[in-house]
Amino acid sequence: MFVIVVGGGKVGYHLTSALLKGGHEVLLLEKDAARAERIQEELGEIVRRGDGCEMRTMREIGFKRADVVAAVTGHDEDNLVICQMARRYFNVPRVVGRVNNPKNEEIFHLLGVEETINSTRIIQSLIEQEVESGEVVPLATVAKGDVEIVEARITDRSPAVGKALRELPLPGESLIAAILREGHILQPSMTTQIAPNDAVIALCRPEEEPDVRRVLEGKPKT
Amino acid sequence: MRVVVLGCGRVGSALAHLMSREGHEVTVIDRESSAFRRLPPDFKGETISGMGLDVDVLKEAGIERADAFVAVTEGDNRNIMAAQIAKTKFGVPKVIARIYDPIRARAYRELGIQTLCSTALGAGIIQDLLEGRPSRSIEEYEGLAKEFGA
Repeated sequence: MFVIVVGGGKVGYHLTSALLKGGHEVLLLEKDAARAERIQEELGEIVRRGDGCEMRTMREIGFKRADVVAAVTGHDEDNLVICQMARRYFNVPRVVGRVNNPKNEEIFHLLGVEETINSTRIIQSLIEQEVESGEVVPLATVAKGDVEIVEARITDRSPAVGKALRELPLPGESLIAAILREGHILQPSMTTQIAPNDAVIALCRPEEEPDVRRVLEGKPKT
Repeated sequence: MRVVVLGCGRVGSALAHLMSREGHEVTVIDRESSAFRRLPPDFKGETISGMGLDVDVLKEAGIERADAFVAVTEGDNRNIMAAQIAKTKFGVPKVIARIYDPIRARAYRELGIQTLCSTALGAGIIQDLLEGRPSRSIEEYEGLAKEFGA
């Protein structure tokens, strides 16, 4: 894939390195001359100095050819404009916008940028995922809201305890992706039995979550 | 009318003063409260210190009841984003954004935001003065933007 990353701060820099390691073609665009030069010393010619909101820059850098544009600057307004211009004037198939202020995530979606990353919300979920025993906690929503990842900590009272995976009446396409047991990550098979104190990581559609809850925890969420 | 002005710089403060003097209800938002010093001492409107891209600040400024919203901060992107929030989320009837970049001004005009490109206006008016020509209409000046930039 050809990915253009706009914003050479910590996020942009690490994202670019990671994408390069993943074998993708990447260009990193950074507005500030001094910063661009510094990153260029480390990452080489893939770093360009320029403003990702300027039409001339977007044309010269090759936004038209990009498969993905990731706008990861520290300013939501810049990320929004980059995404909107990339999509509208260069028909970039995928635009991803970093959202710094959680309140703006809804705004981005309203204004046509559906793929957003809000680190505040992600960290908040991580903090809140300190799961009480016997609870099913949603960890993340992926695939544009189609799929939820949930964690359930199994207790003695859980209806799933002692059952093999294939015995669990999970709804629809829901599945158990992993079991965390005594510090180990297990890839369960259909015959793996669920034990007390297991942390079960399940994937399901959002509308299936109440049923998954019922199967793993024993009571639906009120 | 009820106007919310984002940005109390030279243009924002001047506009706030003019509108308030005509009897309109004006609320000015700026992230630096020192900016409000630009307003005249007899300014009858409200001032709100805060980030204009934050929906709670906009609500505090009365955007839900506003007849008009004007974005005149120093940042084109901030103005573009604020204008879109006002129009798309809050349905404010009249929304104007000042945009310096002629290309972005035209781009967002095509997206339905009323943009004012002070660059095109300034260059066009000065040209008229130099060539001793009468002034043109706003549309004609804005149309000049097609000729600058990429």
